[in-house]
Amino acid sequence: MFAYIIRRLLYAIPILIGVNLLTFVLFFVVNSPDDMAVSQLGAKYVTPEAIENWKAKNGYDKPLFYNESADGLGTVTDTIFFAKSVRLFAFDFGRSESGRDISTDVRRRMGPSLAVALPTFIAGIGVNICVALMVVMFHATRLDRAAVIVFVALMSISYLFYIIGGQYLVAKTWRLVPISGFHVDGQVWKFLLLPVLVGVVAGIGAGARWYRTLFLEEANQDYVRTARAKGCSELAVLFRHILPNALIPILTGVVVLVPMLFMGSLLIESFFGIPGLGSYMLDAINSQDFAIVRSMVFIGSILYIVGLILTDISYTWADPRVRLS
Amino acid sequence: MKPVILWSDALIFLLVAALVLFFWRLRRDPQARERWRQVFASRLGMAAFTVIVAYVGVALLDSLHFRRALPPPAGVTTDEVFYDNQVSSVLDTLTAGMGERFERTYSAPFALRSFEKQTLKNDAGETVRDFPPLRHAGAHLDNPADRWADVARKSALALAWGLALAALLILPQWWLLRRSPLPWASSWWVQGVLACIAVWLVSISRHYHVLGTDLGGTDVLYQSLKGVRTGVLIGALSTLVMLPIAVTLGVCAGYFKGWVDDVVQYLYTTLSSIPGILLIAAAVLLFQVYIDLHPDAFPTGLEKADAKFIALCFILGVTSWSTLCRLIRAETLKISQLGYVQAAHAFGVSHARILARHILPNTVHIILITFVLDFSALVLAEAVLSYIGVGVDPSMGSWGNMINGARSELSREPAIWWTLSGAFLFMFLLVLSANLFADLVRDAFDPRTRLGPEAA
Repeated sequence: MFAYIIRRLLYAIPILIGVNLLTFVLFFVVNSPDDMAVSQLGAKYVTPEAIENWKAKNGYDKPLFYNESADGLGTVTDTIFFAKSVRLFAFDFGRSESGRDISTDVRRRMGPSLAVALPTFIAGIGVNICVALMVVMFHATRLDRAAVIVFVALMSISYLFYIIGGQYLVAKTWRLVPISGFHVDGQVWKFLLLPVLVGVVAGIGAGARWYRTLFLEEANQDYVRTARAKGCSELAVLFRHILPNALIPILTGVVVLVPMLFMGSLLIESFFGIPGLGSYMLDAINSQDFAIVRSMVFIGSILYIVGLILTDISYTWADPRVRLS
Repeated sequence: MKPVILWSDALIFLLVAALVLFFWRLRRDPQARERWRQVFASRLGMAAFTVIVAYVGVALLDSLHFRRALPPPAGVTTDEVFYDNQVSSVLDTLTAGMGERFERTYSAPFALRSFEKQTLKNDAGETVRDFPPLRHAGAHLDNPADRWADVARKSALALAWGLALAALLILPQWWLLRRSPLPWASSWWVQGVLACIAVWLVSISRHYHVLGTDLGGTDVLYQSLKGVRTGVLIGALSTLVMLPIAVTLGVCAGYFKGWVDDVVQYLYTTLSSIPGILLIAAAVLLFQVYIDLHPDAFPTGLEKADAKFIALCFILGVTSWSTLCRLIRAETLKISQLGYVQAAHAFGVSHARILARHILPNTVHIILITFVLDFSALVLAEAVLSYIGVGVDPSMGSWGNMINGARSELSREPAIWWTLSGAFLFMFLLVLSANLFADLVRDAFDPRTRLGPEAA
């Protein structure tokens, strides 16, 4: 098991290099070091010397990928790509184009992101499982068929509608919570309530439908028939036999998302004015701040790979038949 | 009239032709026929399909672009014909100039007066602050109090015409298909309702703004209709880009195994580990820079918007092939172990032939399921991308742009609800029908669900 995890972690390195290469190519084709210098210096002060100075100061005076003037290993290492990527691997993200330290910003913004994403995630799973179990209890009745159509309808509604509608109804018409904002003191739940509610409601359609199919797959197994045959009540069958067994596929589908919770949600955070990583990314996209975008891509891919490894581990934990080798 | 063919127009007609051809060929395959029959045996499937066809029809009508011939300038007698700079589509003609009746700014549905007060001069010549009357809506009324009676009268007339159109549509179909075992009746109901609504909307919007007007004074109903083309095209064209990449790589990885498999797996793990929105944003910004650097490649604003749109479809396709590729790879791994593939090997059939004859046809169900499932996801994604600012060009009508422009309208007092409602309603109907249809297709074609007691 330990060896397996080590191997998976080693396998992650070429993937991260690939991710870096791709983002590097994309962003430096868009924004060559000269363009960056011009936008940083401001159009007024642009002289060839000023550009060269800026590039030298910020480490952009080397070739992009291949340094012909250096020799040996230096042809590859003495380049912008190597310099900038190695720093990412050491979690040193450098400074954004507005001069702020990205690592500090990321650390500071992780908290608010998690404060919204974690309750949404946990409450979402709870609500979806409850709804799905209720529907499964009425399997093959009119209620079941109607519920499936309602689920499909719920998932056909744009996420934007849930957010805008929720803000209008709960915050503006009923005046229960503030429309948006975030405040780090005792009142923080007031600001979190609506985003979490919107996130949970928006997920019910797709989530409950998925859990319903998982439960139904289990409900057709032999052990369920046996349980019924020996006289278990329908509730006991549902909670003692179907639910624990359905946890395996649920777990594997859900665990991969856990690390991603740190990244927060782009839409929720920007609509509700939460200073998390999601709104950080959105601002970076809008202001075309590639240093931030590159760092966020890197963090995002690490979290994704961690999620994949966690999924494998949770498999062995939930299902003793699975052995990792 | 001078036809104008945009790239996206050509592509969508090509795609529709390809789909028709595909199903025409599939017609002879008894197994496929049986499965399609299962999809259409459901009344819900029939109704959803009819709605989708209606949307595609509107999108196709809106893809026939042309420039109107202008009447010759007074006093000039040359044979040369001058064309309007404005490119319009057949849909614009059919909606009887709905998009050309601009107001000054916001107005509520069926309103006769503007939503915002303005400084006006009254009959006595004094300056007062009041709601100015609209330029077009209700301009034919002598007395504003007659409005609802007039609406009712016009609606009744429109309903009569709508029923006539519905009868014209349905009767030939009834004559042809009355012995068919499939539930065509539910399709006819939907057709009838859609025909009545269409006639009603077109006729009543000559005199009123059915869904009001937005900030710029454009009819919201017209904008929502223009959004249909963008929504349908983005769903269809992105999948068209994705399919060849995903299918080729997936089949090769599953069939050749070894280093090919490693490379393909590496590619899709890398791609899918990048947060999708960031990748799309980066690629869209890249294309934006390309357009800015090559302004002469796209002479008109329309062509620029169209190029950006195709680039967006392309980017969405390139960033979303990994799921399908993974599924096809797994399926190919399974199929290539089967006896008939081994037998083909033993007979010395070439790799290319085995792939084309024995493996590809058996992955068609996965491709089909992904196509219909992805379609609705892409329509929804367009709105989100436009909100973030990396979606379709703001000059191109789309539901995402409408929502983006109206995002703070609900927080006004009184709230302006009609722009958002129009966009969300049109989007919801399309996505709902696509999702319902996708569910049925999956039930019919996915062997796992077909064998389960679910289908029984």
